[in-house]
Amino acid sequence: MSDAGVIIVGSGQGGFQVAASLRDEDYAGPIALIGDEPGLPYQRPPLSKAFLLGKVRPEQIELRPAAYYIEKNIEVISSQQVTKIDREARRITLASGALKSYEQLVLATGARARIPKISGINFTGVARLRTLSDAQVLISQMQPGRRVVIVGAGFIGMEVAVNALELGLDVHLLETTDRALKRTLTAISGNFLTYALIQRGAKFSFNTRVIGFTGVGGRVTGTTTNHGETIPSDMVVIGIGVEPNVELALEAGLHVHDGIVVNDRLITSDPRISAIGDCARFHASYSDALVRLESVQNSVDQARCVAAQITGKGKPYNKVPWFWSDQGTNRLQIAGVAQADDIAVLRGDINKFKFSVFRFRADRITAVESINSVGDHMLSRKLLANPANISPEQAADKSLDLAALAVSP
Amino acid sequence: MPQITYIQPNGESRSIAVNPGATVMLTAVANGVEGIVAECGGSAMCATCHVYLDEASHSFVPPVSEVEHEMLESATAARRENSRLACQIEMPQGVDEIIVHIPTHQV
Repeated sequence: MSDAGVIIVGSGQGGFQVAASLRDEDYAGPIALIGDEPGLPYQRPPLSKAFLLGKVRPEQIELRPAAYYIEKNIEVISSQQVTKIDREARRITLASGALKSYEQLVLATGARARIPKISGINFTGVARLRTLSDAQVLISQMQPGRRVVIVGAGFIGMEVAVNALELGLDVHLLETTDRALKRTLTAISGNFLTYALIQRGAKFSFNTRVIGFTGVGGRVTGTTTNHGETIPSDMVVIGIGVEPNVELALEAGLHVHDGIVVNDRLITSDPRISAIGDCARFHASYSDALVRLESVQNSVDQARCVAAQITGKGKPYNKVPWFWSDQGTNRLQIAGVAQADDIAVLRGDINKFKFSVFRFRADRITAVESINSVGDHMLSRKLLANPANISPEQAADKSLDLAALAVSP
Repeated sequence: MPQITYIQPNGESRSIAVNPGATVMLTAVANGVEGIVAECGGSAMCATCHVYLDEASHSFVPPVSEVEHEMLESATAARRENSRLACQIEMPQGVDEIIVHIPTHQV
C-alpha cells in the first residue's frame, strides 16, 4: 500500500483545482488525483459549445499539459474507478484492486447525465453529453441535413440546439414543462432565448414527454411522445439534467441526500473527508434549504476552500455563485440563485437584445440573469455579496449607476 | 519563431515560442505560466486572465471589444489603460513578440 496524503476522487474541474490549489498553498505531501475517464483533466463547458462545431481539439480543453503534473508532483490516475472507501483504515480501493491510504480524502465525483428508462434508450444514435467521449460521438453524428430531436430544453439541450442549427441540422426540442430553461431562468430570459432559436429554425414542443424511441436494426429512427406522435429522428440527444455520483459516499456510510451532505467548510460527516462541486450538497447563506450547484465557479471555489482547509487556512465557504451559457451570439450569465417565485425586475431593453433580470425576495436581491450585459453581470456579483445595497426600484432605474451601488458601504 | 513573453509581478520573465493565432491565455495555461487563472476557459466570462499589455506590443493587438471592456471593469487587480483579457489576445501574423505583464491577483 502506498503513501498517505491527499487523495482526490474525481478528476474534473473541481478535483483538478483541489490538487492545483494545494500546491499553490505549498502543501508538500503526496497528492493523487483519480478519475474514471481516460487522459488528463479537461474542461467540460466547451463540450456543448465551441467543441461541437469542431473548432476545438481535445488537447485544447485540457486544464493543464502533462508536464504540469510532473512538475507539481501530482499523481494522476486515469481510467480508474474508486470502488470503496474504508474510513476506519483511511484507505480506498481502486477497481484494479490496489489500495491507497489517505490523511485527507476529497470527493469530487461530479454528476452523470440522467437517462430515462424508456424503450429504445440504448439504440445507436441516442446520445448524451457529459464527457469528452460523449461529445466525440455526438460530433460524428451531427451532419448537415440530419434531423436531431433534443429531449429537454435546459442548458445542455439549448446549447446543443444552437450548435446543431449552426451545423445545418434540423432541430426539434421536446420539453416536459411549458417553456425552456424553466428550472434556471425567468420566463423573460428563457423565452428570449427560445425565440432566438426559433428564428434560426428550431422547433419546440412544450408539455411533451418522450415515452420511447423507434428504431431499425438497433438504430434510432423516431421519437414517440405522450401525445402519440412519432417524430422522425436521425439522432437524439438526451439533456434532462444530471444525477450526483454519490454511491461511493453512500456505501461508506456518509450522510447523503441528493448529494453528499457537507458542513459550511465542505466537510462530510467524516472529518477526514470533504466533498465539492456537482456532487456536494451544502449550506449557503442565501438559502434555507441545503443547495447543490452544477457549475465551474462552484467547483473551483469549493476546491480552493478545501485546499485552504487542508493547509490550515480554512474558513467557511461563502461565494456568490455564477453561471454562464453561450447561445450562439447571445451571452447569458447568471449570478446568484433564485427561487421560482422571486419577483423579476427588468433592466435594459429586450428589443435591443441587451438586458438583465434582477430577482428579489422580500426586497432582497437573490439573483441576476444578464443577456449580452456583461457589465451588469460583473456588478451583480458584487451586489449579491452586499445584498442591502440595491432595491427593486433601483434595479429598474436605468439612470442609476450600478457600479456606484456595488461599491457603496 | 514568434514568442509571447510573460513578466511576473516580481520581474521574472518567461518567453514561449508560438505560432500565429495562439492566444496569450491558452499559451500561458498550456505552459504552466503562473498567475493566469482563466477559470472560464477562454469564453471572456470570468476576467481571471487579466494582463497588462506592454507598451511595445500595443500597436500589434486589435483594440478592446465591448464585452472585454465591460469584463475588465470588474477585474480583481486595478484596471489600467493597457489592461486586456489574455483569452482575447491572439498572436498576430508577422509579429515577433508580444509582451504582457501579469497582475498580482486574479481572484
